[in-house]
Amino acid sequence: MEPLMALAIGLLYATAIFMMLRRSIVKLVIGLMLLSNAANLLIFTTAGMTRGAPPLIPEGMTQPLGEVADPLPQAVVLTAIVIAFGVLAFAVVLIRRAYEVVKADDLDKMKDTDT
Amino acid sequence: MRPEVALPVLLPLLSGAISLLFWRSRAMQRFLVVAGTIALFIVSLWLFISTLSEGYVTMQMGSWPAPFGITLIADLLSAVMVLMTAIIGLAMGIYSLATTGRGHEKFGYYPLMHLLLAGVMGAFLTGDIFNLYVWFEVMLVASFALLILGGERAQMEGAIKYVTLNLLASVIFLTAVGLLYGMVGTLNMADIALRMEAAEHTGMVEVLAIMFMVAFGIKAAAFPLFFWLPASYHTPPVAVSALFAGLLTKVGVYALFRVFTLMFDQTMGYLQDIMLWGAALTMVTGVLGAAAQYEFRRILSFHIVSQIGYMILGLALYTPLAIAGGVFAIVHNMVVKTNLFLISGITHRLQGTYQLKKMGGLYRERPWLAVGFFFSAFSLAGVPPLSGFFAKLVIVRAGLEAEAYVVTGIALAVGFMTLYSMVKIWNEVFWKSLPEDNHVPETATPSGDDGRLIRPSLWMMYLPVMLLAMGSLLIGVFAEPMMWVMTTISDQLLSPAGYIEAVLGASASIEGALLEPLPTGAEEAVREKTP
Repeated sequence: MEPLMALAIGLLYATAIFMMLRRSIVKLVIGLMLLSNAANLLIFTTAGMTRGAPPLIPEGMTQPLGEVADPLPQAVVLTAIVIAFGVLAFAVVLIRRAYEVVKADDLDKMKDTDT
Repeated sequence: MRPEVALPVLLPLLSGAISLLFWRSRAMQRFLVVAGTIALFIVSLWLFISTLSEGYVTMQMGSWPAPFGITLIADLLSAVMVLMTAIIGLAMGIYSLATTGRGHEKFGYYPLMHLLLAGVMGAFLTGDIFNLYVWFEVMLVASFALLILGGERAQMEGAIKYVTLNLLASVIFLTAVGLLYGMVGTLNMADIALRMEAAEHTGMVEVLAIMFMVAFGIKAAAFPLFFWLPASYHTPPVAVSALFAGLLTKVGVYALFRVFTLMFDQTMGYLQDIMLWGAALTMVTGVLGAAAQYEFRRILSFHIVSQIGYMILGLALYTPLAIAGGVFAIVHNMVVKTNLFLISGITHRLQGTYQLKKMGGLYRERPWLAVGFFFSAFSLAGVPPLSGFFAKLVIVRAGLEAEAYVVTGIALAVGFMTLYSMVKIWNEVFWKSLPEDNHVPETATPSGDDGRLIRPSLWMMYLPVMLLAMGSLLIGVFAEPMMWVMTTISDQLLSPAGYIEAVLGASASIEGALLEPLPTGAEEAVREKTP
């Protein structure tokens, strides 16, 4: 499972960087979205994947039996997803407003503040 | 239970929430921003005094014991940063009353400012690496919204660069946190430090260190990752610029100091050269960029970059004296840089422009403003007896002691170039007479206004400027006690054992962390279930 996930994550990072290097601001935001998803998957994978063993403690005991999945990265990923979602919502509104004032979906037309 | 550690985070969150409740009441929001920042200043002072006497103040959120829950910890570095943030917040609260347009106030300027302060405070006080990421995001989202409030074209263009690069930094940070968790299995920074000491020294540690360096380097606007800063900081209303200039990049620098003294101290040798030359190039590019500009706020933006170089240089030299100097530079820069932006706002109000060529004659018209600028600008350039002189003196001396002569030479040359830029502003804005083609508007209105003129209430703009200028002078005059605080900070940073003990308790050791014995009764429980 891990090698497959590693491949998928690598592909996601590569696609995201490729998208971010385009000139279109829509593609830029799609790139950002893919990038945050790739990071979430990465956290999920690096913490180790345990199949079919939820971290539940049987009744009357103080410790779970045997190997269980680590719940912490899942909590971390959930938080990261929520944050990424909020930021994405902001980014979508931002590119819409930017399109309204600049009248172009092109980063090369947005260089006024650089020099 | 130590409330003073949690209060600097809770108070701005609370005042932000109350401020949201009074969405329609302008007067109430304006009252809350002043009351909230004054209260914040008082609790920050409380925290500073506690850490000064005890060294470390910790609080476990929800009473979960240390490596499992989220720890809030203030060492002296955190406490000083919190105190400085509160001072800047207070100055900005008063200044915003005079400069913020009705349009901005109507769309939540004050609640966002409270949230920004909460994010910055949280980042300074947390002892958990993922929690640090969360506070970074709180701060970033608030800053995004503040940056585009008003919706002018320049703001949008600046914001796209700011948002993209800062989100990229966040993702790199998050990736590094994920890989770090995969390696050591904990998110508590003290616990990570403990396990990193024992971890096998593979290439992974270096990869992680570089990832943290890049992520925080983007946030701190270090070379070659600074491009978002001069492209965006001059676009929003001046109060927002000043707030960003004083606080945001410093959070990145603080994170660098924290991570590289606590978690990656053993890899420093490897990274020292990269960081050293990064710092030197940051100083040089910033100051050269400023030399080419003739817009007040752009010059100042480039100088933020160049000053960040001094702070990182302090960390890169990695001697007790150098780190003390780096922290000194952070404190000095927060006061002075904010003040320079505030002064640019006043000159804009008086003459209706930020273009140096169109301004002039202010020395005759407003001598006190000229004095305020003189203190701040020459402090930035490092003229004795102002605060910048001592920050530079300490760093340069540390550089000479570490025998890094080239970098130290660059630092001195950059100080000279800073003086050039500041003299340029002085000549154009204050010394030469007002060019005849500039028609100063009777009452310049803040941008984003809904058409109604706001009478210039200049004393509200002068008050924070004078206070911060005095602050710079006082830091310079009382350099001896300041230096004592700074050396205590660098002692704390360079012996992370105290920090680890404060978080995990006195019994914490690497053997204890690795060979956790099963709690009694657990083995029997296992045996009962297995036939």
